[in-house]
Amino acid sequence: MRDNRSRLSPAARLTKWLVSSPPFAFLLLFFVAPGIIMVFASFRYPGEFGGLAPIIAADPNTLHGFTLETYRFFFGDFIYTEIFAKSFLVALATTLICLIMAYPLALLIARSPKNRRDLMVLLVILPFASNFLIRIYAWMILLGPQAALSLLVNGLLGAFGVAPVRLLFSPFAVLVALVYVHLPFMVLPLYTNLEKHDPALLDAARDLGANAWQRFWRVTFPLSLPGIFSGSTLVFIPVLGMFAIPDILGGTGDMLIGNLIKEQFLGTRDWPFGSTLSIMLTITVLACVWFAARLGGRRRRHA
Amino acid sequence: MALLEIKNVTRRFGDFAAVDNVSLSIEAGEFFTLLGPSGCGKTTILRMIAGFYLPDSGQILLDGKDLADTPPEKRPVRTVFQSYALFPHMTVAQNIAFPLKMARCAPQDIQKRTRETLEQVRLADKAEHYPNELSGGQQQRVALGRALVSHPRLLLLDEPLAALDAKLREEMQLELISLQREVGVTFVFVTHAQDEALALSHRIAVMNRGRVEQVDEPSKLYGFPQSRFVADFIGHINMMDAQVIEAAHGHTRLAIPGLGEITAPPVAGVTAGGLASGAKGAFAIRPEQVRIGIHGEAAELKNHFPGEVRNLLYRGDVTVYKVHLANGLMVEALLPNSAPGRAEIFEVGDTVSIGWRHDAGVFLHA
Ligand SMILES: Nc1ncnc2c1ncn2[C@@H]1O[C@H](COP(=O)(O)OP(=O)(O)OP(=O)(O)O)[C@@H](O)[C@H]1O
Ligand SMILES: [Mg+2]
Repeated sequence: MRDNRSRLSPAARLTKWLVSSPPFAFLLLFFVAPGIIMVFASFRYPGEFGGLAPIIAADPNTLHGFTLETYRFFFGDFIYTEIFAKSFLVALATTLICLIMAYPLALLIARSPKNRRDLMVLLVILPFASNFLIRIYAWMILLGPQAALSLLVNGLLGAFGVAPVRLLFSPFAVLVALVYVHLPFMVLPLYTNLEKHDPALLDAARDLGANAWQRFWRVTFPLSLPGIFSGSTLVFIPVLGMFAIPDILGGTGDMLIGNLIKEQFLGTRDWPFGSTLSIMLTITVLACVWFAARLGGRRRRHA
Repeated sequence: MALLEIKNVTRRFGDFAAVDNVSLSIEAGEFFTLLGPSGCGKTTILRMIAGFYLPDSGQILLDGKDLADTPPEKRPVRTVFQSYALFPHMTVAQNIAFPLKMARCAPQDIQKRTRETLEQVRLADKAEHYPNELSGGQQQRVALGRALVSHPRLLLLDEPLAALDAKLREEMQLELISLQREVGVTFVFVTHAQDEALALSHRIAVMNRGRVEQVDEPSKLYGFPQSRFVADFIGHINMMDAQVIEAAHGHTRLAIPGLGEITAPPVAGVTAGGLASGAKGAFAIRPEQVRIGIHGEAAELKNHFPGEVRNLLYRGDVTVYKVHLANGLMVEALLPNSAPGRAEIFEVGDTVSIGWRHDAGVFLHA
C-alpha cells in the first residue's frame, strides 16, 4: 500500500488532494471548529440575557473569565446523570427492538429472488420520502385517545376490569416512534451484510449435520455481526441525541438528553451548561463507538 | 448388496431433464467417478445423493434403504463442495470439529477426533489459522478433513481439484487416492477432466446430456468405448464411418468408404449373426495403435493403407503425425521418440504407410 502511494506521480498526488480536500475542509469547518467552540463555551459563565459572559469584564464584579462551575453543577446533581442513564437505556432498548424486528426482514429480503430485492429495499426506505415531523405527528393521531388502537387496548383492559391507559404522551409512544423512525437504519446494513453470504455455506452446514436452528446460530448470525454492529451504531447514536420525538409524543417525565440540551439553549439560555451537556453526550457516544469497534475488531482477522 | 443404488432417477428443471433416467450402483469402498462435459448433470446427481434435490422419479437407496424421506442433515453422506465452502469465521480446527459439534459428541471426543483428522490431512500446524490464511491446497484439505471427520458412509466430491494449478492438482490426486485407501470411505467423485477420472477411479460413469453412456473400469473405458461419445470424450481417437460386411464370431469385416475393407475385432455383445451385414456405424482406433512406416513397411499388418504426412506435432516423449489417406480422411498416429536424438522420423509431405492390427480398434454401432 505504502509502496503504491510513493509511486504516485505529482499530478496524481495533486488530484488526490483536490478531490479529498473539500470534504475534509467541510468536516473541519462544521464539526471540529464548533466542537472546539463548545469546549471553550463550557468553561465560561452564561451571559445575563443568554449567550456567554465576557472573558474580560469592564466591571470586575460581574461574572467573567473561565470556570469549572458547569461541570461541578453536572456532577453535583444526580438528576443529570439519571437523565443520561435513562437516555442510554432508551437508546439501548430502541436498538434492541430495531434489531429484533429488522433481522427477519433483512433476512427475508436477502433470500428473496434477486429481481424482487431492489423493490423490497425501496419499500423499506420509502418513508424517508415524507417529512420526518409529519410522520411523528401522524403517530399522535394513531396513538390518540380516540384512535382505534387506544379504543381496542382500553376496551380489552376494561373487560378485565383494569383502568384505561393513555398511549399518547407516554414512554410507550416515544419508544414506538423511535423504533419506527430508526428501523430502516438497522435493516439496510443488515441486508447489505446478509446478501453477501455465500449460500454454499448453509448447504455445507446442512450437509455436515446442522439443523435449521444450528445453521442460523453457527453460520448466519456470526457472519452477520459486522452488519449488526453498523446497524446498531446507526440507530443507537441518533436516538441518544434525539429531542423531537420525546418533545412531541412524550409526557413531561419523558425528557431525554436531547431535550435537556435543547432546553439549555432555547429555554433557560444557559449556553455553558448546554455545552457541557453536549460534551458529555459526545464523550458517551465516542465511548460507545470505541467499545463497539473493539467488539467488532476482535473478529476482523477472518474478514 | 451395493452401498448406493440409484434407480431410474430423473430430475427436471422446468421442462429440461438435467438427469434423465439414470441408474447406477456403487459398491462399498469404491472410488467411483462421474465424468462428463459441463452441464451434463453431474452436480445435480450429487445434490440428489446429498439430499439437496429430490428426484422427480426413481429411487436412491443407501444400504438398501430409500433416502427419499431423509433430509440432507440426517444422511450419512458428506460433500466436498467445489468452492470448499469453509466457514470463514471459524479456525481450521473449528471447521473440522463442526460436524462433531452438530452431532453433539462429547467434548473430549471432539478434541481427539479433530486432532486425529488434522494429522490425517497434514494440517496440525494450521489448526488455529482461519481459512483465508491458507493456500488453495490447504483449504482443500480442510474441506476433506471436515467431511471425513465424522466417518460418513459416502463422500461426494464435486470437482474438488478444479481450482488448483496443474502441479498441485497432481499432488492432490495422489493424496486423494491414498486418503481414500486409508479411510476406506466410498468416494463419488465428479470431474469433467478425463485424465483425472482415468487416474483416480476404480470405475467411471461417463455422462452425456443427463444420461449415463457407459460405466466401466478406466482401462475398459479407454480400450473399449461403447459409443461414439465415450470414444471421443476419453483420450484421442481416430473415427471413420464404416459399414459391416460380415460380423462373425472371431472378427468383424468392415467396409470403409473410399478406403476398402478392414478387419476389426468382434463387436462386443454381438453374437455371430447378430449384427446384420450392411449395418452402419463408425470404426474407432487410438493413435497409439496406428503404426506408421516408410511406404510399404507396415504392409505385414492386415489393415494397411498408403498416405501422406500432412502435419506433425513434436511432444517430447512422442510425435503425433497427421496422415492424409486416399479417401480424404486424416488419421492420427503416435510414434514414441525412444531413439535418442531423433525428434521425428518422417517429414511433412513424406509418403508413408499406416496400418493397424486386425484386433485393434472397435466398431461402434450407430
Ligand atoms: N437450479 C437449477 N435450475 C435450473 N436449471 C438447472 C439448475 N441446476 C442445474 N440446472 C441445469 O441442469 C443441467 C445440469 O446441471 P449440473 O449443474 O448438474 O451440471 P454439471 O454436470 O455439474 O456441470 P458443470 O461441469 O458445469 O458443473 C445444466 O444444463 C443446468 O443449466
Ligand atoms: Mg457441476
